[in-house]
Amino acid sequence: MQEILNKLIDRYAIEPIQENRHNQAFVTIEKNRLPDVLTWLRDYEDYTHLAFITAVDYPEIEKIQLTYMLHNYILHTDLGLRVLLDRTRPEMVSIHHLWKQVATYQRELREMFGIDFPGSPGLQENFALEGWKDIPPMRRDFDTKEYSEKTYFPRPGRQTHDPKEYMKEKLYPSAKEDK
Amino acid sequence: MEHGLFISIIYAFISLSVATIWGLLLGGIALKVVARAHGRFGPPVWQPIIDIIKNNARRTSISHGIMYFLGPVFRIAGGMGTFLFIPFIFGSSVFGNFSFAGDLFLVMYFIFFGQLGMALGAGESGHPYSAIGVARGLSQMTAFELPFALSVISLVIQYGTLNITSIVAAQQGGLLSWTLFTNPLATIAALISLQGMNMHNPFSIVIAPQEIPIGPPTEYHSNFLGLLQTNRGLFNIAKLALFMNLYFGGATNIAVMILKTFLLYMLTIFIGASFPRFRTEQSIRFFLGVPTVIGILAVIVIAYL
Amino acid sequence: MDNKEINNTKLANEGLSEQDRPLFCDARPQSYKPLGKYVEKFLNWARANSLWILGYGTGCGAIELRPLMTARFDMFRWGLAPRPTPRQAGVFVIGGYMSVKTLKRVIRSYEQMQGPKFVIGLGSCTINGGMYWDSYNTINRLDHYLPVDIYITGCMPRPEALIAGFNKLKEMIKAGETDGQNEYARNFDWYKANQKKIVKDWNMPDYNW
Repeated sequence: MQEILNKLIDRYAIEPIQENRHNQAFVTIEKNRLPDVLTWLRDYEDYTHLAFITAVDYPEIEKIQLTYMLHNYILHTDLGLRVLLDRTRPEMVSIHHLWKQVATYQRELREMFGIDFPGSPGLQENFALEGWKDIPPMRRDFDTKEYSEKTYFPRPGRQTHDPKEYMKEKLYPSAKEDK
Repeated sequence: MEHGLFISIIYAFISLSVATIWGLLLGGIALKVVARAHGRFGPPVWQPIIDIIKNNARRTSISHGIMYFLGPVFRIAGGMGTFLFIPFIFGSSVFGNFSFAGDLFLVMYFIFFGQLGMALGAGESGHPYSAIGVARGLSQMTAFELPFALSVISLVIQYGTLNITSIVAAQQGGLLSWTLFTNPLATIAALISLQGMNMHNPFSIVIAPQEIPIGPPTEYHSNFLGLLQTNRGLFNIAKLALFMNLYFGGATNIAVMILKTFLLYMLTIFIGASFPRFRTEQSIRFFLGVPTVIGILAVIVIAYL
Repeated sequence: MDNKEINNTKLANEGLSEQDRPLFCDARPQSYKPLGKYVEKFLNWARANSLWILGYGTGCGAIELRPLMTARFDMFRWGLAPRPTPRQAGVFVIGGYMSVKTLKRVIRSYEQMQGPKFVIGLGSCTINGGMYWDSYNTINRLDHYLPVDIYITGCMPRPEALIAGFNKLKEMIKAGETDGQNEYARNFDWYKANQKKIVKDWNMPDYNW
């Protein structure tokens, strides 16, 4: 693992490396260098498996963070590549030429986070939300509870309990009387 | 046997009703037997009859066109045609049917006729699974008709007649005069072919519940489906009665008929409960292989030895 | 048959494009009066004893239907049978949470089923949204979109609970208390409005017979 990280630092001068375990690390890189690094990792360093692409919304710093998770089947190590995108008009280079199946991930990210991947095949097709008009639902400023109450006819009479207190009452009803 | 027209119609009606109900009960028994093989209780034996009542009592139905409408009609016409030209019980005036009017070729034609009508109707419903099911059904049918036809040729050479009643009459001299013993090769070829006709496992490639959900009748519903299910009972018993007549000495009373058709059907059910399904090409190759050779041998043995 | 209550107003089919509209039917569903008292009683008995379930699992609850077919629970005893096509099925088991995308398909399948047809809501999610009550993409109350005959509570209910639910449904059918098809036909506009409120790209006919 350390070897590959040193190589990354040598080749691409990538500084902030976060090593979580002996076999898992995350690096943050610039968005335009990502295809370059991914190609090198895939073709020369045996990170042949793209496990997933995921996004995290950070409204506090006006950024969206994309994580590309790679797996090496020989060393059994995971390497996550992180990219920070501008939140107002998030746009990312499509990497569907490296892994064909990435197009589906990108479709999902377009729909759930509103990230654009120019050139990705079938990007505008529906993934799960057919004809969604609101702001993308995985953005943190989207209030899912309010949307649900507004749209889906909530049935009145829903109660919530604090699980700890509730179970204490249920399991030890005598404890209350002792007080 | 000379009756008036009216009497003939009533007799035919009684005969058809009894055969249909017995066929449906046989279907229910089959479900029960398969369930016991799985270690289940299974549905009651009259379940197919309840299903038919329910399907006919559906409030709505949709037709997809004329051929779609006529498909089940052709199917049940095939079933009735097959049945009515077979002596259900030999020598009985009620259950003798119109066996003097038609011969073996007519019956074989009717077996094919229903399938063709069904193919046209299912084709018009436009469901892809229907088309696949029809293609499978017709190709399998072509395959299993071959050993059956060879076996029938052998019988015709043996008895010198195409009339089913005459063939039954020739077998009446006790157990050893059955075709089963006088012409065993033809019987074996035909029995294998019967498994294909009954479309239970391993030859259930037409209905194939897990691959092409239920094949040709995918779009059929309500009273169309009710008609198809009624025909399933009737056609089943017609085929069993035909085989009973040709190879197992026919039946002279209703108890013998029930016993013989039951045993014949149980053979299919036991084979079905023990084997998984063939693929289409496996099934066709199977029928064109050993059963066809047995059929050819049956013809040669009867004709030249 | 004169047991129909005919409503002849045509449907708009606004979701379809102009050239597609003539290809689809624009008739409304009709509600049906029961036949004679004793005839209907006999037919209800037959319907109750031959329930064909549409093999469409809409959520995690679908996994509870499979054990029913096995030797342990054996639903065939009660005349229940799975059916692969909506045309032949009579019972729609909504298995758990239902997303909007699924709801669109469910409506289509439900309307293709031939009446009398019954809907079973399985699990808490169909009653009030269950654990997905505040999700942006799952419905809260099934009875606003389809006429539900019976709910089975739990998350997830075990197969025994399902069997109990089916037996209750059979009793209701025998007593003639289930009227889902007619209810759907009578309140068709209300159901359609609710459905169209959440299914955003309505690109199918208003009623899929």
